[in-house]
Amino acid sequence: MSVDLAALLARARETGDASVLLDAIPYAQFLGLGMKREGGVPLGVLRFGEHLVGDASIPALHGGTLAALLESTAIMAVMVDPATTTMPRTITITIDYLRSGRAMDTLCRPRIVRQGRRVAVVAVEAYQDDPEKPVATAVVHLLVAD
Amino acid sequence: MSGNDDEDEYSPEMLARMSGMIRDFVPHNAALGLDVIRVSRGHVWVRLPYAEKLVGNPATGALHGGAMSSAMDAAAGLAVMARIGRPGSIATLDLRIDYMRAALRGQDVVVRADCYKVTRHVCFVRGVAYTTDENDAVASLSATFARKS
Repeated sequence: MSVDLAALLARARETGDASVLLDAIPYAQFLGLGMKREGGVPLGVLRFGEHLVGDASIPALHGGTLAALLESTAIMAVMVDPATTTMPRTITITIDYLRSGRAMDTLCRPRIVRQGRRVAVVAVEAYQDDPEKPVATAVVHLLVAD
Repeated sequence: MSGNDDEDEYSPEMLARMSGMIRDFVPHNAALGLDVIRVSRGHVWVRLPYAEKLVGNPATGALHGGAMSSAMDAAAGLAVMARIGRPGSIATLDLRIDYMRAALRGQDVVVRADCYKVTRHVCFVRGVAYTTDENDAVASLSATFARKS
């Protein structure tokens, strides 16, 4: 696959919009991952699809799809930060599952807790219709050095 | 791995049943193409077949962490059922994944999950994801589950 990641990364950083990069990532397309801005804050979006269901009897989102949203949102938040020069790589993700994710779109709000020279720490919260009632939260450690 | 594993190896029928179960009742597992390749009491081995649609880094062809998370969550849940000996309703409370290296282009990932403790309300699981060598892990996991029934 001939994708100029560096160019896409530069463009994402310039515009503060990681969507151009998401469009180039096959898994993001498969899952239905997107990004939008709300009051200057980048939010991750997981568009609902039947293929995301983990428990068909409820139906509820698969925990892994929420993990993907949390991790991707953390990466996007750090990636578009002007202080970042590399493609962030996940070291550790620690997820707390708080409620079952229902059959609807899920949003995710990132907060960069610490941006170091080697490691960035991001706290992320995934929610559906009520931001005060997160379905899952996570802390993500990202490697930002080569 | 302890020497007792072989004694507790489940039958091929059980393996087929669990493999069918994760695909038939869990649409996302089917979408990922997850397969149970081995089961014994409290232990499962789940394969995540390499697929272009699961790539997270188009430059290197490495699988996306999200696909790995799903495979690890699924394997951990199955390890609980393999320990209890029957399907049951459980909910993931927390899941921690450490990434040691990238999963390379073209390589299937196997997740081995071990449910090492079950109490009345909570189940404890740890595991590793690897490509060819269990001692050269791609990632490791630690998870707890709540028993709902």
